[in-house]
Amino acid sequence: MEKEFWGYRRVDGSFGIRNHVAILAVMDNVNGVVRHLGELVRGTLAIPVWYGRGQFGEDDTLFRRAQIGLGSNPNIAATLVVSLESVSAKLVADGVAKTGKPVKWMAVQDVGGTVAAIAEGVRLLVPMVQEATRQRPERVPLSELTLGVECGGTDTTSGIAANPALGWVADRVIDAGGVVYLSETSEWMGAEQVLARRARNKKVADEIYAAVKRIEDEARSRGVDIRGANPVPDNIRGGITTIEEKSLGAIIKGGTRMIEGVLPYATKASGKGLYLMDTAAPAAESITGLAAGGAQIIAFTTGQMNIMGCPLVPTLKITGNPRTAKRLADNVDVDVSAILDGETLEASGRFLYAEMMQTANGRFTRSETLGDEEVVISRIQPTV
Amino acid sequence: MIGKAIVLHDADNVATVVNDVEAGETVDTSKGRLEATETVPFGHKVALVPIARGATVMKYGESIGLARQDISAGEWVHIHNVESQRGRGDLPEKRS
Repeated sequence: MEKEFWGYRRVDGSFGIRNHVAILAVMDNVNGVVRHLGELVRGTLAIPVWYGRGQFGEDDTLFRRAQIGLGSNPNIAATLVVSLESVSAKLVADGVAKTGKPVKWMAVQDVGGTVAAIAEGVRLLVPMVQEATRQRPERVPLSELTLGVECGGTDTTSGIAANPALGWVADRVIDAGGVVYLSETSEWMGAEQVLARRARNKKVADEIYAAVKRIEDEARSRGVDIRGANPVPDNIRGGITTIEEKSLGAIIKGGTRMIEGVLPYATKASGKGLYLMDTAAPAAESITGLAAGGAQIIAFTTGQMNIMGCPLVPTLKITGNPRTAKRLADNVDVDVSAILDGETLEASGRFLYAEMMQTANGRFTRSETLGDEEVVISRIQPTV
Repeated sequence: MIGKAIVLHDADNVATVVNDVEAGETVDTSKGRLEATETVPFGHKVALVPIARGATVMKYGESIGLARQDISAGEWVHIHNVESQRGRGDLPEKRS
């Protein structure tokens, strides 16, 4: 098995598997400018955002942390931060600059409106693209990889085939000294006892229970059954009966190694190994958190198919459902449904591992090719 | 035609069918053969043994909820006869 990948070296010592020049919107009112710039300057990646204005307290802290994390992701060579006004633009740009990554910022009000901002943005981006495209990737050990594991459009084949195959790969990444993030907190519910048994210490175990309790308390405070929100209707159609069943299948994708810690949303792990990240379950929100935590690659298992990927982090779609592999073939990167017919876990795991390394080495994923990508930062409190 | 169902753990009382199973069809599992007493769609669960009302439905060797009614071996097991115990803000808080 290949133990090295082609990576672009960054100043902070991390390595990217892509070499994007990102145009990061700080608030939604500049999305138009950001999209125009993305279309005008080849080699750039526009990252529009919803919200970003009028937020305060914990919600604001989380939102800005996520934006700084996204702008700092190893897959980005350089970042242009765009906001309406200079305070928020500078705040995010300063956060990204701490990683040593080349960063510039622009405030549309200061520059003189949309037309002037587009002209100024092009002027700023051209040298950034010129510089980024000078860089060549180098061979990097697997220990420099942070893999985010995710599932969406889950059905019962996920827990039987796709998640076990991905868990096998996750174990290999950890054993090589890499990092794995397992997220989607509501999908620990009913399986938290299994996760807690693998916690590094009691503190980590307590954090796992506390994260799940917060969601259950939320359901109680609203007086509703979470079924319908999780499991969602397509999970139920695919044979998933309860959140317990979904969770017990979902956690398998994180593999079997010790859990080192529980990270808040959009936070980078301080060490190597397997970490849980406290995220909302819907794909766009969850994988945005993983990307902001520094994941360079996301392996995303699906049964009924969720087509969503992350624009700055290649997102590999893996299914164990042979019908989905045929019916939604356009969206499937890896078909491991042979497990249902008795193929060994190791054989499927090795196959998936090789496919993941292809993606790390530059091959576009289906969502990357088709543009099924979105950045969605979680909101935890209302705007004023 | 003979159906096939996957049993994930020794302690489980349900198995997951990996083809569409018709009522009356025989289903092969690693715990032996049984007859499906009703239609079980691809990916859905079939009871391996009788499960009494209120008993724990087991998959992956863990609880996936409680039986809402008596379930006989070979029956389709899904939201109509299994009750989740988690994330139930609609139920009064349990004293535990």
